[in-house]
Amino acid sequence: MSVRRNPLAAIGAATLGFFREIGRVGLFAAAGIAACFTPRIYIGQILRQFWRIGFLSLPVVGLTAVFIGAALALNIYVGGSRFNAESFVPTIVVLGITRELGPVLAGLMLAGRVSAGIAAEIGTMRVTEQIDALSTLSTNPYRFLVAPRVTAATLAMPVLVMIADIIGVMGGYLVSINSLGFNGSIYLQKTWDFITADDILIGLTKAAVFGFIISIMGCFFGFNSRGGAGGVGRAATYAVVASAVLILASNYVLTTLFVK
Amino acid sequence: MTMAIPKLQLVDIHKAFGPKKVLRGLNLDVAPGRSLVVIGGSGTGKSVSIKCAIGLIQPDKGKVLIDGEDVTHAHGKKREDVLRKFGMLFQGAALFDSLTVWENVAFRLLYRDGLKRKDAKDRAIETLAKVRLKPDVADLSPAELSGGMQKRVGLARAIIAKPELIFFDEPTTGLDPITADAINDLIREMVTDLGCAAISITHDMASAKKIADEIAMILDGQIIYRGPADTIFNSGDPRVDQFVHGRADGPIAAHI
Repeated sequence: MSVRRNPLAAIGAATLGFFREIGRVGLFAAAGIAACFTPRIYIGQILRQFWRIGFLSLPVVGLTAVFIGAALALNIYVGGSRFNAESFVPTIVVLGITRELGPVLAGLMLAGRVSAGIAAEIGTMRVTEQIDALSTLSTNPYRFLVAPRVTAATLAMPVLVMIADIIGVMGGYLVSINSLGFNGSIYLQKTWDFITADDILIGLTKAAVFGFIISIMGCFFGFNSRGGAGGVGRAATYAVVASAVLILASNYVLTTLFVK
Repeated sequence: MTMAIPKLQLVDIHKAFGPKKVLRGLNLDVAPGRSLVVIGGSGTGKSVSIKCAIGLIQPDKGKVLIDGEDVTHAHGKKREDVLRKFGMLFQGAALFDSLTVWENVAFRLLYRDGLKRKDAKDRAIETLAKVRLKPDVADLSPAELSGGMQKRVGLARAIIAKPELIFFDEPTTGLDPITADAINDLIREMVTDLGCAAISITHDMASAKKIADEIAMILDGQIIYRGPADTIFNSGDPRVDQFVHGRADGPIAAHI
């Protein structure tokens, strides 16, 4: 009985296909990491990617952070007031943003902006034979295309998240002093008193992992795109979906590790 | 008298994609300084054969020899050394969108050989002049050029490092007849000037006649004919006759 007609065979084929794809992603990621540490290293390309992935993502990350910080402060105030615990607003805002919301939301925004962009760009290079052209010009496409994007995303993401943390806390601060009646200097004092270096480091570690995921997914789906414009569009979609799912899953795993 | 070692030799190359056998024991060679054109219908294995020669695709079986040395499984530094001997003009030119015209032409000098940008730009402008492009196109992006100009830039990129073997993949596809003829003239001129070997694949018989010393025909993944360019229209092989005269009726079935 063919795979099409036999449901068990279809499930088996889908399962094997899933694990095969995971294996391909793993091998691609290993080749990408190796390319980051083996000469030739294209400094100019890395700086260019820092500009595109890091600097040009600042507006979207900043806007996300300020609104999330503000909304978080309002929600915590409403919840806290049920237990006469309104004074915890600064503490929970800063912990929530630095440990969780800053890296996760910046990661998800960059999954949309950066991962899709990388997949579409490299996918177009694939279908127009530009990647083959790189090889014929004695240039390793992993070193020239993958390594600069992975290096830049992995290093830029913690910087972006650090900025998102500051802007997010400021969002909560502005709402708290303007709408919720908090005293500004007491709010900042409480924020500063409760935050620890570990909270910040945990958030930045997550950010680096998310940056790696975003770039490697974009590169993987771009490299493997086939079949013209439709294939490039699919590559961009898959890159965003895979990046978002992996960010949320790895966030849970990392949080579990850090909480223990 | 000793025979010159071929610049490139493909020996008994087999390649399949899933159940589809594209190359079935293909043998091909080109001597230094000679221009070989491979003709054949769509899907007969022309592009796959040159991708195997360059190393973009690994053959399932067979050998690729460059200057008599087996490079079939060469990788890393050895593969890069082999690729230094090659130039390639892609069907769609395959220029890098994110770079200017001169950066495309000088790509190998900038990113491989580490030449200073000013020196690389001067070399790129010199090479653009060889393909009849003025210096003012150097700072444009590839998207601002016509199809014919993109092909010229692709040709300049292929020849800038003075390769020993150039591959031309459908060099005149998509061009009007006058531009196509100009590209053919340039290819002939560049191959003669550089004294390099050339392998071109094309459907275009006008192009094949103009740029070839010899023409080979591929059918079902094998070379079925090879001879001097001026005898291709009198080959005596009905399959070659059908193809070069562009007839739908004959021993080769048309694929529609």
